[in-house]
Amino acid sequence: MSMLEVRTVTQRYGVSEVLRDIDLQVRAGESVALVGPSGCGKTTLLNLCAGLLPPTTGGINSGFERTACVFQQPRLLPWKSALDNIALGLKALGTPAGERARHARELALRMGLAGDDLDKYPHQLSGGMQSRIALARAFAVAPDLLLLDEPFSALDIGLKAELHALLLEYATTRRTAVLMVTHDLMEAVRLSQRILLMSAPEHAPGRIVWQVEFDRPFARRDDAWVYHNTAQLLATAQVRHAFSLAPVASPDTGGLYRAA
Amino acid sequence: MKLLRAWLVGIPAYLWSGWGAMASLLMLVALWEWGSQVFGALVLPAPVEALRTLAELIASGAAWPELAATARRALTGYAASIIAGSVLGLIAGLSVTASMTSRPIVTVLMGTPPIAWLVLALLWFGAGDATPVFTVFIACFPLVFLGAMQGARTLDNQLRDMAVVFGVPRRMMLTDVYLPHVISYLLPAWTAALGMSWKIAVMAELLSTSDGVGAALAVSRSHLDSAATMAWITAVMTLLLGVEYLLLEPLKREVERWRDQVAT
Ligand SMILES: Nc1ncnc2c1ncn2[C@@H]1O[C@H](COP(=O)(O)OP(=O)(O)OP(=O)(O)O)[C@@H](O)[C@H]1O
Ligand SMILES: [Mg+2]
Repeated sequence: MSMLEVRTVTQRYGVSEVLRDIDLQVRAGESVALVGPSGCGKTTLLNLCAGLLPPTTGGINSGFERTACVFQQPRLLPWKSALDNIALGLKALGTPAGERARHARELALRMGLAGDDLDKYPHQLSGGMQSRIALARAFAVAPDLLLLDEPFSALDIGLKAELHALLLEYATTRRTAVLMVTHDLMEAVRLSQRILLMSAPEHAPGRIVWQVEFDRPFARRDDAWVYHNTAQLLATAQVRHAFSLAPVASPDTGGLYRAA
Repeated sequence: MKLLRAWLVGIPAYLWSGWGAMASLLMLVALWEWGSQVFGALVLPAPVEALRTLAELIASGAAWPELAATARRALTGYAASIIAGSVLGLIAGLSVTASMTSRPIVTVLMGTPPIAWLVLALLWFGAGDATPVFTVFIACFPLVFLGAMQGARTLDNQLRDMAVVFGVPRRMMLTDVYLPHVISYLLPAWTAALGMSWKIAVMAELLSTSDGVGAALAVSRSHLDSAATMAWITAVMTLLLGVEYLLLEPLKREVERWRDQVAT
């Protein structure tokens, strides 16, 4: 059974509690978005899921075989060329050099990177190129769970749309589970079946305070649908509260939402 | 093909940087020439004079055995110090406790004048190769140790976490994640230690052995032969520059290619 399961996890750094009673499940092929104000513990939760941090209390179980991460910072090895950075995970898996170079190049081109950028070192690349390389590095190992921490935040809107499509195609054809942190509600609406809202009011530990599901298949999510649902999300009292937005006069949440 | 091209393109740049080094050396020679004119040949012989003496020493075959002896001692002590210093420094850097405890010890080692080590070594090992080799080793060791420790202490945990998530195996972790970072701390330390090793070897020979450049210097001093003194100094400097620019500098260029391109 491949599933990521987080059970009543509480996380402390020293004495300060960052997360409390987090419960969360991501099933195979499912795409979950995690939104919430800055500093509420999203990255911490992702690190816990990646196994980089043992939870203070509670349990985390991952039935997935191969997890890949895109971190909030690109985290490229400065002494490796862009191509070798993309191929890092493949090298770790023992893929022969020729094959991994070919595979990495193919992925990079699909991400809109030019062939001659691939011989450059990370410091010679723009921020957007670096984050695409980090994304390609994660895709390259054909993971069944992808943990993404604001992977598209450094990209222009055109590239963003292109990479959204790439991620959707990639994840649906391989039934890759995705857990994605984002600050862009529209991105969350477009790319996920479930949005989890985290909140940490006044330095209290972060919790998941609300969630919403979207059943509509990704292929049928046109711009109008995405705009409409993002607007609805922004009008929701819990969302406004979590992000400290002033409440709206008459929130109209319609029948679309199944609040948890 | 690409590598070959990169190499070919790199040659003019390397030569060009060689000219820079050449120019600064020639400036030093000019200063020397000026000094000899001001203070007189007895105090400071002219460069030409020194070079002529050196040529004679080489032609008569007297220079090589002495230079070889000094090189042997300097490089033996140097090799021992960079191996021990690098390994122990890296280990110390990986543990907070070890680096805290080793720090004051290294400071004491650094602060102890090499001449004090030389006296101790004379007492322990007597005259012979062991004394200069030990003195070189003990003088260079803390330098390399500190560099290695600093390299290990500044390893990037974020990159390590990334590599862990991608399942990078132990060996590859070392070669692809840790070493490239550590090398950029080790190489400057190795270079500094190399210069140090020659200085210390010559100094130790002056007091402890009957052969080597240091011993030859002692002889030229007793004859008040300042031309020979400068000849020997020039010979040692040339050897040092040779090792540094033919061995360490290309090595540094190769392993720091990824960083180099920032500067140029
Ligand atoms: N290694 C650490 N040691 C101590 N405190 C930490 C550590 N990492 C994170 N924190 C604290 O935990 C809290 C949550 O941090 P986290 O990085 O998870 O937030 P985030 O939700 O990802 O924020 P953002 O959206 O700005 O990226 C913050 O208050 C932060 O100061
Ligand atoms: Mg974060």
